[in-house]
Amino acid sequence: MELLIGQMFAGLSLGSVLLLAALGLSLTFGQMGVINMAHGEFMMAGAYTAFVVQQAISDAGVSLLVSIPAGFLVGGVLGLVLEEVLLRRMYHRPLDTLLVTFGVALILQQAARDIFGAPSVDVRTPAWLQGNIELLGAPIPLTRLFILGLSLLCLAGLVLLLKATPLGRRIRAVVLNRDLAETSGVSTRRSDQLTFFIGSGLAGIAGVAVTLIGSTSPYLGTNYIVDAFLVVVAGGIGQIKGAVIAAFALGVLQSAFEYSTTASIGKVLILIVIVVFLQLRPQGIFSLKTRSLA
Amino acid sequence: MRFLITKRAFLPLAAAAMATVLTGCGSQIADPASAGSAASSGTSCVDTSGSSVKVGFINSLSGTMAISESTVFDSLTLAAEEINGSGGVLGKKLEVISEDGASEPTKFAERAGKLIQQDCTAAVFGGWTSSSRKAMLPVFEANDALLFYPVQYEGLESSKNIFYTGATTNQQIIPALDYLAEQGTKSLFLVGSDYVFPRTANKIIQAYAAAKGIEVLGEEYAPLGSTEFSTIVNKVRDSKADAVFNTLNGDSNVAFFRQYKSVGLTADSMPVVSVSIAEEEVPGVGLDNVQGQLTAWDYYQTLDTPANTKFVAAFKAKFGAERVTSDPMEAAYTSLFLWKAMVEKAASFDVDKVQAAADGVTFEAPEGLVTVNGENNHITKTPRIGKINSAGLIETVWSSPAAVEPDPYLATYDWATGLAK
Repeated sequence: MELLIGQMFAGLSLGSVLLLAALGLSLTFGQMGVINMAHGEFMMAGAYTAFVVQQAISDAGVSLLVSIPAGFLVGGVLGLVLEEVLLRRMYHRPLDTLLVTFGVALILQQAARDIFGAPSVDVRTPAWLQGNIELLGAPIPLTRLFILGLSLLCLAGLVLLLKATPLGRRIRAVVLNRDLAETSGVSTRRSDQLTFFIGSGLAGIAGVAVTLIGSTSPYLGTNYIVDAFLVVVAGGIGQIKGAVIAAFALGVLQSAFEYSTTASIGKVLILIVIVVFLQLRPQGIFSLKTRSLA
Repeated sequence: MRFLITKRAFLPLAAAAMATVLTGCGSQIADPASAGSAASSGTSCVDTSGSSVKVGFINSLSGTMAISESTVFDSLTLAAEEINGSGGVLGKKLEVISEDGASEPTKFAERAGKLIQQDCTAAVFGGWTSSSRKAMLPVFEANDALLFYPVQYEGLESSKNIFYTGATTNQQIIPALDYLAEQGTKSLFLVGSDYVFPRTANKIIQAYAAAKGIEVLGEEYAPLGSTEFSTIVNKVRDSKADAVFNTLNGDSNVAFFRQYKSVGLTADSMPVVSVSIAEEEVPGVGLDNVQGQLTAWDYYQTLDTPANTKFVAAFKAKFGAERVTSDPMEAAYTSLFLWKAMVEKAASFDVDKVQAAADGVTFEAPEGLVTVNGENNHITKTPRIGKINSAGLIETVWSSPAAVEPDPYLATYDWATGLAK
């Protein structure tokens, strides 16, 4: 029982990490057909933001709370610059964006090495997030609970933005039919910029969050980018709902596989599941229904 | 027809290239392939006529291993400077040629070939991962050249062309197990990264445990670089083992120790013995997360020997007071001095003469006196168990009473029969 709860929570918590990493990616992928390989490096930038903020504010608790919006801003601005300088020239040429953003990812990794050094840096966990609470005898780590909460909050914020604000309506209009939206007076340029800002900002927040569980090093992004793409593709491109279901399903499945076999075999099994799933449903859990002719 | 012409045109070219190699000692060679054939025919191109002699350093200065290997490069640089400051080797100053292995075994092999054939170095120092060493081994054997390898590894290897100055398993892992057994450890949980070193190490641990009546309650591997340890940590906690033996490498340690702590496990409730966390990794893992945990190495910065006091002071003076020294750095530093002692004993830079002179060569290293074992080209080392203190340094809590003879094939242990296969 104790183990079952521990494992269920491990799965949910892994799912929430995957969701945080994939949420922004899903948004930019869906909006513009951009495959952003630098998304992981935006997470890394968020993680280093947490480190820099902690150098300035010695109280680990305060600095974490400051880091979240700061990480959003850093990730967002990086995304905005990338979009403005490179990506807007290659919308709907996904293979080109893949190559270009892969190059950008390498440049960002090297930049991090040059600025912060190759060894990983230590982002301290605030005192109030150390330790765990017991749920029917199973220890539930507070850091994991915090990340779960944070990812649900980000999700709620994003859904609210898309469904209940004029900006969200414009973004959705552009996703559904770019030309028609443009003709109806929506500035697709502006909507693209904002989408990229928000999507990359979410990567920044994800980066701040994962400093609580892993290492903060120039390679941080590479640890998450593949999983994030798996979630986006399995969920259905550009589908927030699909990303949520895929993230939690993959998280729970992976923990279950890992528990019953080993970590390496678990990873293999998860990939097999995804391959089989995509054979049956190549468009992912949900597919986008658009009136676009393209 | 075309093939014939090409072949005919090639022959004189190759002959010309051979001639260039054989006549021009130390000259630049345009075609490494032809240089290979020359060197393997037994002609060394090491130039000892001038006032200096070339040595090669090969370390990953870029890529994922740069974190660790650049520190080894630093301590090798220090050793070369000290040797040059005191008059060089056989009166010749060392001229260092450095190559970047870029964390890729193929790059290591290729760059090692360049250092031997093109740069004509008298010996090469470096390498870290076992895969980089295994990639370089045939290159050194084919060219009959010397590599000094400074990192603890999984053993079960010896080559007359490689001197191993890091610990082999009986100088690190077995003493760690002896220490745990002595402390009353009855059960162990094994956690490691999924590659050659942890898997071999754990095979040895399993055999040891079976012979000594220690129960191994679990053996888990995480993919290299993995940061997700919830499930493994749950399994470890559930096993209620007396201790954990950790062979994780690199950044995974950060994630492991953070998550270990977050489910309420501590150095008191379930100690972890690590074999790849040294002084320089502690800040990255986070002192909060590893304070009080155990490590097994042969050298710690805190060792109180005159040679170490001098080494640490010189290193800090050159690279900054905030830098720390670690076991592989010490082994690399020592390796250069050992080579110097071998060359001086042989009174020659010739590889055969150095190999013949190697047995019994000693050096007063920062870790204590080390002696080369000419039979397997490893060195004697003093195993030490350490505890990570509140300053992030490692204090010795147990030390072997004497330096331990290297036994890479574990031939002297009854329980290890069959492991070397």
